[in-house]
Amino acid sequence: MTEHTQQTDPQGRLKHFLTTEGLNHTLLTSILDHAENFAGVENRPVKKVPLLRGKTVVNLFFEASTRTRTTFELAAKRLSADVLNLNIATSATSKGETLRDTLRTLEAMHCDMFIVRHANSGAAHYITTQVAPHISVINAGDGRHAHPTQAMLDMFTIRKHKGDFAPLKVAIVGDISHSRVARSEIHALNTLGVTEVRVVGPATLIPKDVESLGVHVFNDMSAGLEGVDVVMMLRLQRERMSDALLPSAHEFFNRYGLTEKRLKVAKKDAIVMHPGPINRGVEIESNIADSSRSVILQQVSHGIAVRMAVMAMCMQGNTEGIES
Amino acid sequence: MSIVIENGRLIDPANNTDKQTNVFIDKGVIAGIGRQPVGFTARKTINAKGQLVLPGLIDLCVRTREPGFEYKATMDSELAAASKSGITSICSPPDSDPIVDTPAVVKLIQQRAYEVGKVKVFTLGAMTKGLKGEQLAEMYSLQQAGCIAMSNALYPITNMQILRRAFEYAHSCGLTVFIQPNDVDLQNNGVANEGAFSTRLGLPPIPETAETVALASALLLIEQTGVKAHFCRLSSARSVAMIKQAQKEGFPVTADVDICHLHLTEMDITNYNVDCHLYPPLRTERDRSTLVKAIEDGIISAICSDHQPHDIDAKSAPFSLTESGASTVEILLPLTLHLVEQKQLSMMNAIAALTSRPAEILRLESGNLSVGSPADICVVNHESDWEVNKANMMSMGRNTPFHGWNLSAEVYTTIMNGKITYQKKDK
Repeated sequence: MTEHTQQTDPQGRLKHFLTTEGLNHTLLTSILDHAENFAGVENRPVKKVPLLRGKTVVNLFFEASTRTRTTFELAAKRLSADVLNLNIATSATSKGETLRDTLRTLEAMHCDMFIVRHANSGAAHYITTQVAPHISVINAGDGRHAHPTQAMLDMFTIRKHKGDFAPLKVAIVGDISHSRVARSEIHALNTLGVTEVRVVGPATLIPKDVESLGVHVFNDMSAGLEGVDVVMMLRLQRERMSDALLPSAHEFFNRYGLTEKRLKVAKKDAIVMHPGPINRGVEIESNIADSSRSVILQQVSHGIAVRMAVMAMCMQGNTEGIES
Repeated sequence: MSIVIENGRLIDPANNTDKQTNVFIDKGVIAGIGRQPVGFTARKTINAKGQLVLPGLIDLCVRTREPGFEYKATMDSELAAASKSGITSICSPPDSDPIVDTPAVVKLIQQRAYEVGKVKVFTLGAMTKGLKGEQLAEMYSLQQAGCIAMSNALYPITNMQILRRAFEYAHSCGLTVFIQPNDVDLQNNGVANEGAFSTRLGLPPIPETAETVALASALLLIEQTGVKAHFCRLSSARSVAMIKQAQKEGFPVTADVDICHLHLTEMDITNYNVDCHLYPPLRTERDRSTLVKAIEDGIISAICSDHQPHDIDAKSAPFSLTESGASTVEILLPLTLHLVEQKQLSMMNAIAALTSRPAEILRLESGNLSVGSPADICVVNHESDWEVNKANMMSMGRNTPFHGWNLSAEVYTTIMNGKITYQKKDK
């Protein structure tokens, strides 16, 4: 029932995409290369390739999301798949149907791929144990655990700007504890071979023994940003204040908010990233968010190509045909 | 019926005995050891050559799920499963539905246990009404109805004044209190031990202090009130050190640990194995080995199954949304003897932790093989070889983390009050 979940098939090809952890350098690089090819599709007059024609992709979102869901939907449509959007918060589970029954029902509709977002860590792993073997599962965010396509689109963005990963120092700033994005970034960056990954934040938002994931911990913002090539800001959820993890948004900005002044200690050409949606004046000041160093909007548009790549690879679609 | 068990290796920690001998059973009690009592004629002979003859096991925590959760398991299914593990007495916590906070519920459980008959069921009464931690339950009346001790089960009393009063009141009734130490605020809806593993898997963490802070407060109130206290399901090395210190200072405290925490660690959760979703959470290897050593040293008295059978739906969901607990009652003895084979525990201490020591905590006359004691006995082949398989379990709960484990101990016969309650069928 709960056997070890393999993300790859016996030939080493991607089957599910649940986490960036454990996937090798070649596979991660190949996702980026495929995405590079798909990025060209967007500039064509007809923005479609027929790789997933006849396939049905289900967006199974148990948690609200705008950009992730819409970019997945666009990505699937550009691959010519039929797309079903299920907003579970307003659907069957609120009528008492269990997750297992919902999956059974969808399976009976002959779907081929589930894109899953869920508030609980391990939800995507669980779903792989419950669906028919031909179905691929892509994790669009599970609890605090992983958000692998977000991490890959960030890797894509970094590669666009920096070329080589090896010399890079990357700082991830903010609420590491509750962040699935941070965990997926850390695994991807380390596998792609960056020089250093740092996490920056107050002790209340840094999870225990996070060093074991291969990061250095900084409680001080200036020390954490010193000499870095990439600054990744994370979104701060309002409820952290009521959980006694932080005194106030104001104090957080005072200590960790990204300002022009703070950014001075980073490399001159350092880029600023944020998975969105941004809280201006909480994590980041508007000057920076709107500056040329900010690549936040590029992240969003790269999301489509990266998600096309992951979906095509998981469905074993022949991606060679689109190289042009 | 008169029974003789011949030539078995009799291990009886209460009498510090480990020798090959015969056991004579008559009129529900042990009539003799070694030499045949005068006038004894055996109606049944059990040849136990090469096998272990042990006192019937006393399990300090088994949830039969009855009353209230019969869709998970029933008294019939779970007592049968218990006797398959050589268990002749269990202690059942008060968190059934209805909760054991009125004498009528105690009577109901006793009636059902009597009907099933395989195992003696001792009931813990609720310390507070509805286990809500607000008002004291009628502890004296519950005691009169047959409750053996008091507990608030998995619902810790958070108000220290109420905890103090509950201790005082229980003490004045001569009742022992069973406490599973847990600070719910520190637990903060966590599901896994706080550390590298919870961080990697993104599971909401439970710090060790959720257990130790609650343990420390309880110990101070025990010192103040003088109540005899038993701490349930300790999971951390730090807790062991605290219990050791308290015992050294003469506090009237004992403790137990469940079998899962003696075999498994947080690493077993890898890939969200929901059968390893336990409360308290599985912790580190250092914690695990310290708990085993604490059994050997006698700091922790007893090993229990903490049996929590579940229906399939309870364990079919993403990790945090599943219910905690494992179905373990029918493998309590094999798993304990597994530690003996691995030379982590001595045979005498392992058996003591399942028999004489829990008997002492509950002040039972069983748990030993003295002449005149109730004939609660099990006969065990400890050189068998079998594989734990969910599909073949007797318990209705198939939620065991030990599926696929190879174990060597297997109970052949269980006897309770001189009656055979389990007999392994020959293939």
